[in-house]
Amino acid sequence: MRDLSPTGQPSQHSLPPSRRRVLRRAGAGALLAGTGVPLLNACGGGAGAGDPRTVTLGSNGSDAVPKAAYAEIYAAFRKKSGITVDVNTKDHNTFQEQINSYLQGTPDDVFTWFAGYRMQFFAAKGLATPLDDVWAKIGGNFPDAMKRLSKGEDGTYYFVPLDTYPWAVFHRGSVFERHGYEVPATWDAFVALCKRMRKDGLVPIAFGDKDAWPALGTFDQLDFRTNGYDFHVDLMAGRASWTDARVRKVFDLWTEILPHHQDGAVGRTWQDAAQALVAGKAGMYLLGSFVGQQFTDPADLADLDFFPFPAISPEFGQETVEAPTDGFMLSRKPKNHAGAVRLLEFLGTPRAEEIYLRSDSSVVAAASTASTASYTALQKKAFDMISGARSLTQFMDRDSRPDFTSTVMQPALQTFVRDPKGVDSLLTSIERQKKTIFAS
Amino acid sequence: MSAPTETDEPPRAAPTAPPPGAPPAGPTGHRRLLTRRDRITLALMAGVPALLHVALVWLTALASVALAFTTWDGIGFDTIHWVGLRNFRELFTTNPQFWPAVEHNVVWFAVLILLPTPFGLFLALQLDKRVRFSRVYQTAFFLPVVVSLAVIGFVWQLVYNPDTGLINSLVGANRPGHYIDWIGDPDLNLWAILVAASWRHTGYMMILYLAGLKSVDPALREAAALDGADEWQTFRHVVLPALRPTNTVVLVVTVIESLRAFDLVFVFNKGAHGTELLSILVTDNIIGESSRIGYGSAIAVVLLLISLAVIIPYLVATFRTERRG
Repeated sequence: MRDLSPTGQPSQHSLPPSRRRVLRRAGAGALLAGTGVPLLNACGGGAGAGDPRTVTLGSNGSDAVPKAAYAEIYAAFRKKSGITVDVNTKDHNTFQEQINSYLQGTPDDVFTWFAGYRMQFFAAKGLATPLDDVWAKIGGNFPDAMKRLSKGEDGTYYFVPLDTYPWAVFHRGSVFERHGYEVPATWDAFVALCKRMRKDGLVPIAFGDKDAWPALGTFDQLDFRTNGYDFHVDLMAGRASWTDARVRKVFDLWTEILPHHQDGAVGRTWQDAAQALVAGKAGMYLLGSFVGQQFTDPADLADLDFFPFPAISPEFGQETVEAPTDGFMLSRKPKNHAGAVRLLEFLGTPRAEEIYLRSDSSVVAAASTASTASYTALQKKAFDMISGARSLTQFMDRDSRPDFTSTVMQPALQTFVRDPKGVDSLLTSIERQKKTIFAS
Repeated sequence: MSAPTETDEPPRAAPTAPPPGAPPAGPTGHRRLLTRRDRITLALMAGVPALLHVALVWLTALASVALAFTTWDGIGFDTIHWVGLRNFRELFTTNPQFWPAVEHNVVWFAVLILLPTPFGLFLALQLDKRVRFSRVYQTAFFLPVVVSLAVIGFVWQLVYNPDTGLINSLVGANRPGHYIDWIGDPDLNLWAILVAASWRHTGYMMILYLAGLKSVDPALREAAALDGADEWQTFRHVVLPALRPTNTVVLVVTVIESLRAFDLVFVFNKGAHGTELLSILVTDNIIGESSRIGYGSAIAVVLLLISLAVIIPYLVATFRTERRG
C-alpha cells in the first residue's frame, strides 16, 4: 500500500550498508531484467519439432461431437499415410480470442479456422502459408462459390473447407400443416404470414439477441436480399457507407417485421428462443441450422423444416445463401510442411468430409462431390440450397472486421432491436465509428 | 504498513560497502550479521518479487499508457502507429458507449455506498449484540462474498431470465406483450444487476464492520450507558467515531469494487446497452481477433486516471496521519 514507486524509492536510515547494497543490487537487477522482458505472447502448442511422421494441428473443435468427428478423420488419414496427427484442442471461444498471439507464437502446422474475410485477414498479415499446391489436387471437388471463399485477397488459396451450414427460416412442418400456412417466397407473403400467425396466437418470429450476434444474421439476410451480394460485400468491407439510402431501406424493412418478433429479445439467449419454436409457440425462427441441436426429441427434430429467406428485390431473388464454412489453414512456418500438405489434401477429399458428417449431422459437406447418401432430409435440403447458391456469405462477424462487428455493430443492432425509432442517428454513429476502425 | 524499506541510495552514500561481488569483509561492523547465504536469500526474496512487480505491474501499466497514443492490431511490433490524442478524441466524441460507461461506474459506486454499506453496518451492529445463532446469521450473510462474482452473475441471470426466470414467472410477465426484460431493457438492467451486486456487498461490509466493532473498547459503551445515552446516541456519538479507521477501509474497498466491476456484468449480459462499464469496454476492444489495442488502452488509461484520482488523496491522507502518529 505504501510504496508506490517503481524502484522502491528512499526512506532508509539505519540499516547496515552491505545489506542495503545487496538489496540495491537486487533491485537494479530486477529493473534491468524487467526492461529486457519482451511482451509476453501466449504461445500455442507445437510439439514434435520437425518429425516427418507427425503433423501438429490446433483445433477449436472442443465440443464432444466435432471433437470425435475430427478424430475419426485423423485416424483414417493415419491409416492411409502413416502420418500421425497430433491434435491440440482448445475451447472454441478461447481459440478464437487467442488466435492473434497463437499465430504469431509457435502455432501448430495446421489449424482450424473460418472461410472469408477472417481467413483473408490473417493471410494478408503473412500468418498463413499459400495452398495453391494443395488446391491443384483438390480443386475438382469443390463448387466455384467454395473456391472463392478459400482465396485470399491476393487470389491465392489459403484455406481448405470441410463443412458448412446454412442460415434460413426454420419452422415446424406440423405447425405449418395444421394452420395451412404456405412457405412465403416474397416479402409481402412473408409479412402477411406473420400477421396471420399473430391472429392464430403464435409468436410469428422467435428471437433472442442476448448474445448480440443473432441480430447480425437478420441484417445480413435483409441486406443481401434487398441490395444484392455485391453491395453487401462492399458494406462489410467498409467500402460502402452505412448512411447510404440502401442501408436505410434495410432498416425500414426490418422495422416493418420487428413487431412480429418475440419481444424482450435482448434479454433472451438464442437457445431460449429456440425453445419457443420447439414448443410450437413460435411459428418461425431465422437462424443457422445448428438450431436443430435444441430439438432433443428425435420426433421433434424430424418435424423441423426450413425455407430460404423470402426474396425482397426481384433483381436479386434468393441467389445468395449465408453459409458459414469451417475448415483448415496452414500456419506461417509449419515444421512438417510436406506432411501438412498431405493432410490438407486428404481433408479436401469427399472421403474426409463423409467421415466427418457421419458423426456430426448438423452440418453438410463443403465439397460438391461428397456423397449425400447418409444425409437426413434436412441435410439434403441444406446441401441443395448451398450448392445451388450463386454467392455465399459467411455471416457478418466473419465477413467484416471482427473489431468492427463486436464493438460497433453488435451493440448498435441491440439498440435498434430494442428501440427502432432512432435509426438515422444510429446509422450516423455506425458510419463515424466505422471510418475510424477501417482507417487504422 | 510503516516499516521503512531500503532498496536505493546513491552509491557514494555508502563508501564503506565492499565492491560488488566481494566476499564478506572482516569480522567487524554489521557485515558479519549477514553470511553469503543470507545475502543470496535476501537477494532472491527481494529481487524476485521486485522483478515480477516491475515486469507485471509497472512495465505493463506504462506500456498501456504508451499504447493509448497508438493504433495497434496486436500483430507484429511494426504495425504500431503513433496517432497522438486521436484515440481519446474518438472516445470522448464518437463512442456511444463511453460516457454511459463512466456514468454507470459512478452509479455503481453511489448505490454501493448508499444502500448495502449502511445495511451491512446495521447487520454488523445487530450481530455484535451477541444475539443467538449469531454465527449462523454471519455465515448466511457472508456466503455471497465467498461465491465468485461470475457465479453470482450466472445465478441472478437465471432469476431475471425473461421466459423462465423466477421473477417473471411469479408476476406472470413471461407472456408475449407482457415481458419485463430485466436483462435487456437499458432502463432496468443496471438496477437489476445492482441488486445482485448489493446482495454480495452487504455481506462484505458486514464482516468489515463486525471486525471494526470488535475493536471498539467496551468501556466506551459502558461509560455512555452510565451517562444515560440511549442506543442511537451511543451509536452516533461513541461507536461511529470509534469506527473511523474501518470507514476509511470501507470507502476504499467500495471505490475499488465499483471501478473493477466487471465479472458480474460480463456474465449477466456482457455489458449490453444500459450496463456498459469501463472495464467491459476495455476487454471488448482488446481481447479477441484483430484487436484494437491502442483504443482499448486509451479506455484503460481513463480508468487508471479515475483510480488515481481516488487513491492518491487517500494515500496522502494516510501518510499524513502516519507521520503525525
